[in-house]
Amino acid sequence: MNQSENKLKHNIKTVIGPNHPALKEPVKFIFEMEGEKICKVDIAPGHAHRGLEWMAWRRNCIQIIHLADRVCGICGVAHSMTFCRAVEQAAGIQVPPRADYLRTIYAELERMHSHLLWAGVAAMELGFDTLFYKAWEVREDVMDLLEYLSGNRVNYGVMQVGGMRRDITSDQIPRIKKSLKYYEDLFFQLADMFLEDSVIRMRCRDTGVLSKDMALKLSTVGPTIRSSGVAHDVRQDDPYCAYGDLDVKAMTPDMLGGEVHGDVFDRIIVRLLEVKQSVEIIRRSVDEMPGGEIITEKLMMVLLKNLKKAEGEGVGRHEAPRGEVFHYVKLKAGDESPEAWKVKASTYSNLMGWLEILKGEQIADIPIIIASLDPCISCMDRVAIVRKGKTNILTQLELRELSREKTRELRK
Amino acid sequence: MTLTPAEIIERFQKLLGEGLRNSRIVKRSEGKQTRESVQVWLTLDKSLLHSAVKQLADIHYPHLAVISGCDVGDVIELNYHFFIYYEVPNGEVNVTIKVLLPKTDLTVRTITDILPGALVSEREKQEFFGIKVIDIPDSRRLFLPEDFPEGVYPWRKDETGIPEDMVKKLYEVGKGECGMRKRDDNKQPGHEEKAP
Repeated sequence: MNQSENKLKHNIKTVIGPNHPALKEPVKFIFEMEGEKICKVDIAPGHAHRGLEWMAWRRNCIQIIHLADRVCGICGVAHSMTFCRAVEQAAGIQVPPRADYLRTIYAELERMHSHLLWAGVAAMELGFDTLFYKAWEVREDVMDLLEYLSGNRVNYGVMQVGGMRRDITSDQIPRIKKSLKYYEDLFFQLADMFLEDSVIRMRCRDTGVLSKDMALKLSTVGPTIRSSGVAHDVRQDDPYCAYGDLDVKAMTPDMLGGEVHGDVFDRIIVRLLEVKQSVEIIRRSVDEMPGGEIITEKLMMVLLKNLKKAEGEGVGRHEAPRGEVFHYVKLKAGDESPEAWKVKASTYSNLMGWLEILKGEQIADIPIIIASLDPCISCMDRVAIVRKGKTNILTQLELRELSREKTRELRK
Repeated sequence: MTLTPAEIIERFQKLLGEGLRNSRIVKRSEGKQTRESVQVWLTLDKSLLHSAVKQLADIHYPHLAVISGCDVGDVIELNYHFFIYYEVPNGEVNVTIKVLLPKTDLTVRTITDILPGALVSEREKQEFFGIKVIDIPDSRRLFLPEDFPEGVYPWRKDETGIPEDMVKKLYEVGKGECGMRKRDDNKQPGHEEKAP
């Protein structure tokens, strides 16, 4: 037996998932371990299928908006807005400026809500439960504000092709401003707790490093690529909605620490900076929002008729909390439903990054590294078709029953 | 040096000649100041895809958003959505390269040697459209479950698409108490349980 075979013999394959080690979403990781060190990673998504594209071929564009709302549980605006923008391009619809500002406000509130959720999860993974509760306390208020504005805590249902379905009235603005002030105060507390804590620094500094070169080669997006030192932000590079008017800057970790490590700690810095940036963007949007209509075509029947006549291709793009979301829509004249609809979520682009950054790390660091990319499996994994109710795959209930059975047997 | 959209098309024209079947520039603007966002759409012969992407990487190392596709009867369209000139405020240019794959020859060359990040998207196109990506470093399935039948491609609209009996109808599911079925209820008539 030569040396390499001998070495291979000691490698152990560890399977984590389909229940996610960090977030409670189904994805399977296969780690090849050499002692405590990970030497090879493979990933097997494909456990959460809804057949979204297939369903879209059987629905009209307005029905699809509500389907797109439900692509992700957190990004309720990102997907529906991107889909609407893609359809608007395909059908040649121009959105009134006020609607652009409203979209920006919702998108930024969503970013705050998502980043704060992430901050809580990251704290929990590291074992800082107090910090977790603190972050989620702020997030709770963002959700309350979203509910106050849209009527829903999740799946806001405010988007429409050609504009928005709901306006923000002048009597709602004081409440928004009050909340913004509250977030700002709490932000400094949170930043202090995250960035000044020596244990968090020890756990996260130089853990899960993604180099600038690799980040570019793997086409990663969002806070992941920015924390590797690439100032890539759709809001800055290719402004849409009101972002062009607001001069948004991409946040990179060197803005705070002066240098880029590309590690978990840098991802915390970038997200915290973005929460603060969101507060500023919302404040400016509310102040500078122009008056006028919020939708191009109010009558849904007319809109549907126009969309049925439209022919063409369109792309929509949005810097969602986790990174670039991209939709491609192709419309065919005479057809109510789109001929093609491709949803690209941010986690889809960051998938290759996982494999890269997990290499050489320790088992105990897996949860925080995976969490540091803020994966959203439901967004990425929405691609296959819904299967028959009966297969050989065990359902969660069945699994739980099996596990209980085993416990009972062990007790005997 | 930053090229204008027209110059980008000119570069491709020079390199590809007749192979560049179609090109267009689309400009869209949003917001009060209406800053323009630029898109370049190119349609190529599929044999020229690799050299076109190489050319694009020479202009500026691209970011690949995704490869989208559409089954349009005899052909499968693939759209490679690239972005160049990022990191510059309002400077990014979207370059979409469209190639047409006739159903008699569903092959296309991989671009992962230029852009390793394209692997996820290429693997997805293989399993969902039933195309073959030549020289792909990892041709396993990605998003489809392991026991998904061979020869069924979810995004095809012809006979290789999803058959009717694979579709779960919402109104037929979840009958019984609170929508949850017991384990025994899974054994419905007409469904023989197979050993995995």
